[in-house]
Order: sequence, then C-alpha cells, then structure tokens
Amino acid sequence: MLRYLIPLGVFITLVILLAVGLGLDPKLVPSPLIDKPIPNFALPEVKAPDKTLSSSDLRGKVSLFNVWASWCVSCREEHPLLVALSRSNSVTIYGLNYKDRREDAIRWLDSLGDPYLASAHDLKGKVGIDFGVYGVPETFVIDRNGIIRYKHIGPIDQKALEQKIMPLVRELEQPKT
Amino acid sequence: MKRLALITSLIASLIVSASWAADVPMQFNDPAQAARYEALLAELRCLVCQNQSLADSNADLAQDLRQEVYRMVQSGENDEKIIGFLVARYGDFVLYRPRVKPVTYLLWFGPAVLLLIGAFVVVRFIRRRGAQADTSFTEQEQQRITALLETSETKDGRP
Repeated sequence: MLRYLIPLGVFITLVILLAVGLGLDPKLVPSPLIDKPIPNFALPEVKAPDKTLSSSDLRGKVSLFNVWASWCVSCREEHPLLVALSRSNSVTIYGLNYKDRREDAIRWLDSLGDPYLASAHDLKGKVGIDFGVYGVPETFVIDRNGIIRYKHIGPIDQKALEQKIMPLVRELEQPKT
Repeated sequence: MKRLALITSLIASLIVSASWAADVPMQFNDPAQAARYEALLAELRCLVCQNQSLADSNADLAQDLRQEVYRMVQSGENDEKIIGFLVARYGDFVLYRPRVKPVTYLLWFGPAVLLLIGAFVVVRFIRRRGAQADTSFTEQEQQRITALLETSETKDGRP
C-alpha cells in the first residue's frame, strides 16, 4: 500500500508546487521599501517649476504616490481611474513624473485630466531609483507618518483599487486607538 | 502610401531607439576600479529584462543604474556599500547570488538535502534487495556444484 501512496504523495506535492508557481508573476518583485519611510526627496513640481514637492509634503495624511510618464502606455490605461478617484475626493494623489519632458507631461495632464494634487518632476529618474521604481506605472500607498504601506506595480485596475488599495487607505485613515 | 509612411516611421523609430540604447562606455583612470565596476555589473540583475545582468541590459533603467554604480565606484565606495544601495531599493532580487540567510536556506541547502534523501533511499533499496535475494542452494544443487568442481580439477589439474 505504502509503495503506491508515497509516489502519489510526491506527485501531488509536485503538482501543487507547480500550480502555485504558474500562478505567480515573476515580473512582480517585492519591494524592500514596504513598511519603511519614504526616501527623502525634493523636486520641482511639473506644473509650477518654482514650487517644490518634497517628501515632507507626503506626511500628515494618507496618500497615493503614483509614478507616471507621458511616454508610458499603461499609464494611459490607468489614468481615467485616477482621475475618477480624485474627483470623488476619496484620497489624495501625488504624482512622480518619471523621466519625462516637462512640456510633454503638462500636455498629458491638460488633455487627459490632472488627478494629482501635485506631481514632482523627476527628469533624471534619480528619485525613481530611490523608490525602487522599475516599471512605470507604480503606485505607493503612504500612511500619515510617511511610511510606505503598499506598492502596486503596473497599471491600477478597478479590481486592484476596490479590493486592495482603497480598503488599505480606509484602514490607514482610521484614527489610531 | 499610408502604409509606407507607417513602415518608414517605424523603422526610423527603431533606429532612433537603438542609438539611444548605445550608451557611452564608462571611463576609469584606475584599471582596478574598471575591473571592480565590470565585476559588480555582472553580479547585479536588471529588473526590467530579468534574465540579463546590469552589464548586458540595454534597458533605460539599467543605464541609469550603471551610471549610479559608476558614480559610486569613482567616489571610492566599497562593493558592500554599492550592492547595499541597490538591495535597499530593489531587494535581494538584484543579486544573482542570493545571500545565505534563513529564507534562502532551502535554496542553498535544499539540493544537498535532496541528494542525501536520494542516497538514503538507494542504500535502503539495495540493502533490502540483498536481504531478499535467495542465495542459498538446495541440497541437490550443492551436490552438483561439488561434482562439477571436482571434475574440472581432475581434468586440467588446476584448482
């Protein structure tokens, strides 16, 4: 009996492991920045180059920090969702305009809508590196103490927004007891 | 006509992106630094094209990261610090050689453990076989063996 059960057990284990492996996306690299404070930065704003958006602006309230660029195709995909989100006033969204020309970025915001309270203009992509950005768009959920609580890689969709991002934002917005 | 225009513009964009990708080789005055730079890049993985090292990859991000590594090597940072810089931002994933720590024990020692289990199974299998195999002769066979041995001895006079 055992001589049939052991191979069967091995086989089932293998199938389970392979099934789990198939379901994982190798493109999603877990960020070591989760539960760490946001990296310090100070960059000119896209729409107002004389003003500075810095890491301290992201503290004090729960916010989304969305990395975007006018050259990024998937950003176009998620953009309407962000616009709708900002219209509904449910959460503050800051942007990091990654390796983009200012005039392109402004044109994009003017034609597609500007969901951001402000966007930092990261022309060289240095701040992007500090945030561990490797595939635009990326979206960070930042709590009121400026701690990164979640990172979404790739375009946000309705499902990610409803099932993961907004519940987390609501949870973080709860006053501490 | 429209199609032709599309194709030419596609080809043009390919040429442009190819020329963007070809980045300037980094210059070092000290050959030891150049060697360190090369060695570091070969050890670090590009996050965009995941099976290429930073040295191989032409991705935009890889170029930026090469620039960062170059800057740090130039300013005399040690390897530990440079690797630490990248790991802090992108995680252990950037290392081609994962660090030995509790989460990677299975990765590092798993194969050895599997080999040991295999060796144990083989040894047990062989032992059991040896014990099961019937090596004793019946009385009749024994007599025949003795008879055969005796006749061969008498025939050629050799034991």
